[in-house]
This record gives sequence, structure tokens and C-alpha cells, in this order.
Amino acid sequence: MNFDKEYFNLGVLDTLSYKNTLVHRLDPRTKVITTFAFIVTVVSFPKYEIAGLIPFLLFPVVIFALGDIPVWFILKKVLVVSVFAVFIGILNPLFDTHIKYHFFTLPVSGGWVSFFSILLKYFLTMCSALLLISTTSFPGICHALRKLGVPEIFISQLLFLYRYIFVLMEETLRMVRAKDLRSFGKKGQGISIFINLVGTLFVKTIERAERIYHAMLSRGFTGTIHFVLREGFGKKDFVFISATGITLYMFRAYDIVGLIGRLAERMFN
Amino acid sequence: MTHHIIDFKDIFFRYPDGTEALKGVSFRITHGESVGLVGANGAGKSTLLLQMNGYMLPSLGVINIGGVELTKKTRQDIRKKVGVVFQNPDDQLFMPTVFDDVAFGPLNLGMSNERVTDRVNSALQTIGCLDLATKPPHHLSAGKKRAVSIATVLAMEPDILAMDEPSSNLDPKSRRDLIGLLQEFKHTKIIASHDLDLILEVCERCLVIKNGMIVADGRVSDILTNQLLLEENHLELPLSLQKNRLH
Repeated sequence: MNFDKEYFNLGVLDTLSYKNTLVHRLDPRTKVITTFAFIVTVVSFPKYEIAGLIPFLLFPVVIFALGDIPVWFILKKVLVVSVFAVFIGILNPLFDTHIKYHFFTLPVSGGWVSFFSILLKYFLTMCSALLLISTTSFPGICHALRKLGVPEIFISQLLFLYRYIFVLMEETLRMVRAKDLRSFGKKGQGISIFINLVGTLFVKTIERAERIYHAMLSRGFTGTIHFVLREGFGKKDFVFISATGITLYMFRAYDIVGLIGRLAERMFN
Repeated sequence: MTHHIIDFKDIFFRYPDGTEALKGVSFRITHGESVGLVGANGAGKSTLLLQMNGYMLPSLGVINIGGVELTKKTRQDIRKKVGVVFQNPDDQLFMPTVFDDVAFGPLNLGMSNERVTDRVNSALQTIGCLDLATKPPHHLSAGKKRAVSIATVLAMEPDILAMDEPSSNLDPKSRRDLIGLLQEFKHTKIIASHDLDLILEVCERCLVIKNGMIVADGRVSDILTNQLLLEENHLELPLSLQKNRLH
């Protein structure tokens, strides 16, 4: 059953984010800021850039290692969504046919170069976003965003989303199971049953929302949700941000790959 | 001490769809009393509990909690005195982590962060779940969720505890822990449940509700041994009193 699988997948990401490693212990703000900086830097490269992007692969590798994140689990997710990136770039080789480079003797058109550049940028940004999610608990990210100035109401919405997506999915799961168990291998009665299912789910959701609101009122809710915040900005956060900042700048401003190439050339000659 | 008293006088309540849920309910619960509320499905138990903190206001009649009449204006204050634990912990626990959830009430009372942290820690200590503070509720078992739901209310230090089916969905061990916990509380308690053994162990007094009316009010030992009365209300003798069951 597909639904079951997707549900447990979401659960895995969530469980990962509650590990206790060096990366997990960093202040969520640190990770949100550095991830954002990383994405902006990667995206800022011109459209024919490939070599300059390669050194950025270092970041996911370091986080995978330090955060003890299962590589295949994340890569599979990146791969699934990569369809979108492929569609964005797939027509480039057709439209942009002027020869940009010669790979040994093989001529390579600008379209192919920009296509691979898009894929690489996609891979880097998607990886870093998924790594952020799997090394920082969702509430942590929300609090970080709040402290960085995102309005209260969005944060509350996100937090409720996080709290109830699991409840909602479990409820759906139970209904889908109940339907499957009495459909005996047939597809049920197709769309009409599906509509009923969604309708029931909607009504259940409204009823639950009412009960939750009641529970909030019972504990003195008057319009704003307050939090006691625990995480502090420590020395390690400062070190992490500065190290990342400096490396990002170096990778962006200098041609690291070319530098290594020339160095290697000189050593062999 | 007058402030722990619950006084219902001739309460009527009709749902917007016309269902007459309460038809003239009167009772008075005094300080420190522990009262069980039993009755068939749909008899009006949950509706009665929802009246206690003003979520629903009676169509007719007067509710007096701790010397204050329950009205639209006073219900905010009354909610500080009456802690309600709902039947489904997933409705009760709406915050992203256990700590935030338990802190929700105290923060709404306007306390400082240090005092809130103290309150949360002592409430979690009481239910023996201090180590769960940073967990999100969906990572907890049903028993722990229930315990934390109770902590969310305890942290507000209410005078009166109202609970709807506290032992539903619990395994025997969790249920036993819950009973132990409830016996320790010195609050005024009102517990609606079908778990008659729990009521037998935790409460001294019992109200039987039927079709929106109180049909019996007396000592637990009298009411829960009255087989005729119980069967009229779709109930049966508590299992612990059903001797020779296995023969």
C-alpha cells in the first residue's frame, strides 16, 4: 500500500531530526541562516557554470557525515523530485546549440552545459534543504524563523501543520485500510468512494479542530501562542557560521577547481 | 473554603440542532470531593463536563464555580480554576513538543519564563515523564499521551479537575498508573467514565445520569453495588465486584 509507505517515510525524516549529533545540537537559527546562504550562493552562479559548483558538494558530504544521516535515504528523495529539474532544463540542448567547450575532442553545446548546471544546482539546493530538515526538528526551524522575524501567525500555522499532519495521515490510513479490507482486491467503487472518503475526512477534521480549539480555550488561550525558548546561541554556532561563511565566499569568489588543476599540472610537469 | 465548590442548579442545555442534552441537572460538589459520573452512551456525561468551564453555556439554570456564577464574562477566570482533560489526548496536546504543551496554560496565565519552567518540570515530575519534555507528542504511546494531557492541566494548578474517560485506550499497566496518580490528587475531581472499577477506586461519590437527568446521587459503595440501577443505565457491576464470574 503506497499510502502506508509515504507515511512512514515522513516519519523517518522526523525521527532523524531528533538525533543528537554535533550538527543536531547547533542552534536552529545557525542552520537556517547557513542553509539559506548556501542556497543563495549556489543559485548565484551564472548559467554555464559547472566547475565552480563542484566544490560545494563538500557541504552535503560534511553534514551527512557529522549529522549521521543515511545517505541513500536522502538521495532517493532528491532523485524522486529531480523530474521537475529535468523538465526545466531538458529543452536547453535543443535551443542553445552553439559549441561551448570541447570535451577531449567531443564538442559540447552550451545547452548541455547549462542543463547540467541546472541539475547540479538543483541537487545541491535540494540536498541542503533536506539536510536542514533532517538535522533540525521542525519546531526548531519554526522558532528560528520566528526569531528571524517571520510573523507569529505563519509560525503558529506551521506548528499546527506539523502537529496534526501525523494525526490526519493516521486517520486517512485507517480509513483507507478499512476500505481496502472490504473491497476484496477490487478497486472499491472508484471515484465515488474516494469522494466519500475525502468528505468524511473533511468533516472529521472540522470536528477535531473544534475540539482542539476548545482545549486551547480551556487553558486560557486568548489569541497568541507563547513559548519558553531554551536554545541559546553558543560558541559552536559562531564557529559554524563563520567557517561556512568564509568557505562559501572563497568558493564563490575564487576558482578553486582551476586552482587545484593548475597546482596538479605544476606538480606533474 | 468556598472556592472549590461546584454548584449546578437546574441546568438545561439544548444543542443548536435541537437535541435536548441536559434536562434539569442539579448537584453540588464540595471541596476535595471526588465524584464519578456514569451513564449510558449519549446520556449527557460529556455535555455536562463541557458546561463546567463555560465552553457551552446552559440554556437555562445557574452554574456556580467557587462562588462565582458562570457567565460569558467570568468564564475566562473560571477556566483558571477548572482543568478539563479531554477524552482524546490528540485533541488535548496540540503543541509541537511536550514541554511547549505543558507550558501553554501557565504562559497564558502571564507567568515569567522561570516560573513556567518550574511549573512544567514539577507537573512532568508528578506524572513521571520529565524525560519526555523535548519529544513531540506523536512520538508518545497512548499511555504517555494521556499522562502528559493530565500534566498540561496540572501545570495550571487548578482547584478542580474534570476528566472525560481518562482510562480509555490504556493498557492495564498504564491504567493502573493512572489510578495511582488520581488517588494522589487532593483536588476536587469529577470523572466521567465507563470504567466503573476506576471510579470505585478513585471516587467516594457517584452521580448517575440518564437522558440528561441525574437519576442517582450517592456514595460509590451504594450506587455501584446496585445491580438493578446499573443495568437500567446500560451499565453492569464493576468487574471487581462480580464474584464467581469465572465459574
